[in-house]
Amino acid sequence: MSELEVNWIACKAHGMCAELLPERITLDDWGYPIIDERPVPPELEGHARRAVEACPTFALALKRAHARR
Amino acid sequence: MSFSTNPTTLPRLLAGMSAAGPVPLADHLEIHGPLPPRRRGRGDAALALVNELERSGLRGRGGAAFPTATKVTAVAASRGRPIVVVNACEGEPASVKDRLLLERVPHLVIDGALVAARALGATEVLLAVDESATNAVHATDWALGERPEPAQGGPPLRLATVPSGYVTGQETAVVNFLDGGPAKPIYMPAPIYERGVKGRPTLVSNVETFAHLALIARHGGAWFRALGAPGTPGSTLVSVSGAVAHPGVFEIETGTHIASLIQAAGGATEGLRAFLLGGYAGIWVSADLGYQLPLSPEGLYEVGASLGSGVVFALPSSACAVSEVALMARWLSDQSAGQCGPCVHGLDAIATALEQVRAGGAGEDALARIYRWAALAPGRGACAHPDGAARFVMSATRVFGDELADHARHGPCDGCLERHLLPAPLATARRAA
Amino acid sequence: MSPPLASTVGPSAYWYLTRSTGTTALILLTLSVVLGVIDVRRYSTARMPRFVIDGMHRTVSLLAVAFLVLHIVTAALDSFASIPLVDGVVPFVGSYRPLWLGLGAVSFDLMLAVVFTSLARRRLGYQTWRVVHWLAYASWPLALLHTLGTGSDVKQGWMIAISGGCLAAVLFAVLVRVASIAPRRVGLRSTALGLAVCFTGGVALWLPSGPLGAGWAQRAGTPSSLLRPASTKNPG
Repeated sequence: MSELEVNWIACKAHGMCAELLPERITLDDWGYPIIDERPVPPELEGHARRAVEACPTFALALKRAHARR
Repeated sequence: MSFSTNPTTLPRLLAGMSAAGPVPLADHLEIHGPLPPRRRGRGDAALALVNELERSGLRGRGGAAFPTATKVTAVAASRGRPIVVVNACEGEPASVKDRLLLERVPHLVIDGALVAARALGATEVLLAVDESATNAVHATDWALGERPEPAQGGPPLRLATVPSGYVTGQETAVVNFLDGGPAKPIYMPAPIYERGVKGRPTLVSNVETFAHLALIARHGGAWFRALGAPGTPGSTLVSVSGAVAHPGVFEIETGTHIASLIQAAGGATEGLRAFLLGGYAGIWVSADLGYQLPLSPEGLYEVGASLGSGVVFALPSSACAVSEVALMARWLSDQSAGQCGPCVHGLDAIATALEQVRAGGAGEDALARIYRWAALAPGRGACAHPDGAARFVMSATRVFGDELADHARHGPCDGCLERHLLPAPLATARRAA
Repeated sequence: MSPPLASTVGPSAYWYLTRSTGTTALILLTLSVVLGVIDVRRYSTARMPRFVIDGMHRTVSLLAVAFLVLHIVTAALDSFASIPLVDGVVPFVGSYRPLWLGLGAVSFDLMLAVVFTSLARRRLGYQTWRVVHWLAYASWPLALLHTLGTGSDVKQGWMIAISGGCLAAVLFAVLVRVASIAPRRVGLRSTALGLAVCFTGGVALWLPSGPLGAGWAQRAGTPSSLLRPASTKNPG
């Protein structure tokens, strides 16, 4: 399982991530991503990677989920 | 005023404080005694300090309340020669304790920084002070001039003035600025205790934390615990303001009830409506509830509040809560570093909505919109500023629900016409574009 | 007396290929600029979401480079004019229309910089990538000048139409882009606008007496051995 992380300083609300992974990402009133906290299951991982690659400012990252402290 | 090592008396930090100016080094040494002798071997010194800190249970006094022992251990365990940073960028408008410490007892703060620096083998001590706190800057500079260090060996002590601002005191913002960047939060590739200023392990702690450290080094962790609430012991500084007879900074033992604190501040000048705890991004509680609350992390946790930077503001019933909240929300929005969309837009939208509620005619859905935006803010920024602002607004909607509904329907009230009570010295300072 | 032997070496397949791939590359580059502006302006529709526009911009740009590689290789392989491969990237050193060919080499070099930085953008960081990417705005006009200066078909109606259409499309795209520059950045806006308009006007004014005028091949620097001899009135 993986987790999505956003670099909020880099994010400029291009919105491609929400287009490519609507299962986990929606946009707020100003076009910034709202990330669903549920981890990304293996079947969505390909789409998640595509969303990460599409971000023009490298604001989206996919990380290995670690156990919650 | 002499200070005894009697563990159960106050004042501790503020012992020997005088209105005439900073306590000179000689007087300081008479009041508190000398610093303990240096231990040989970096490992021994660090371990000894950490042991005392653990025994003391000291937590940071900058708002995050992080266990100091854990922080020092993390820095000691990291590779590289550490740097110690004393964070005196007190951007919280309702808090004046940090500048007070530097203005009145700078040597206590410097002692604490030196103890930590020696224990960690740090090569540098930086005192980062808000540039607008001119008295504190001068007093610190003067006190540094009085010190024999580093002539006797040990790390150089440097004063660095940091631009004013609410978020400039955030840890990564301080590190960013000291490294030559803007005083704005940044994402760091590694934690500050591993790679901070100049890429070296950095201990960043609040001014007051270092002051407590200076006394723990002298009297031990058990001495520190002898006062205060068992869970989070010791003494702590609180800035009291609002409708009290004698606003100012008070040193209390943790767990003191707010009622006692208000009494120490000369009592309320009129009937109180509510307390704001923790700071501008803190939590509102109704006065009835507030009086009974103990000022300790455990006690405040029960009502979802925290000590924050040690702020207690008393809102009188004659004031207009909605006006004050709207003003503070706008100020919080203006204080955004301007780097993250959800913060910039979200806080602005919330502030605008609150201003519309205050003026009346905002519509029934104004509160619903505020809830939605406040729910969206946390965790969507490079620092915790939007989280704090959202928490503040949500607590205001809980405590002042009636007043907000009343304003939304009928517009400004009599209290609105009064002068604003809350200090907002940076109210007119817009963040740089 | 038999007429002087007409050259038995006519235009080879490579010559046709280099012209066609060159023209196609110009069209693709134009499309790339237009898509790039649509991308940066964040226009999208339900059928053409942002990631599609962005993906198309990247794909079209790479296609353009691919066609340019073919264009350079076929030009080198063609035996009519001596254009070694190196002329494709090192400007102004060749023997065939050095200036106009060289402009194409410069344009291609800029494109390579844009492409390589785009492929390595994660390593270079967003800001570096962005600044280099602006070179694309310089690359296109150079490509057009190269087309008009070296193109053998430039006097053909269809070629004029293609060039004109591409110029119009890029001019429009640039105007849209300039319009989005913040009003307070007066210097940048007026410079960009001025350059775009002056270039367009300059090309329009230059064409009739330049590539569309008489004797252009010689004026452009075609080696004399390759120039078609003037027709003689005497058939004998």
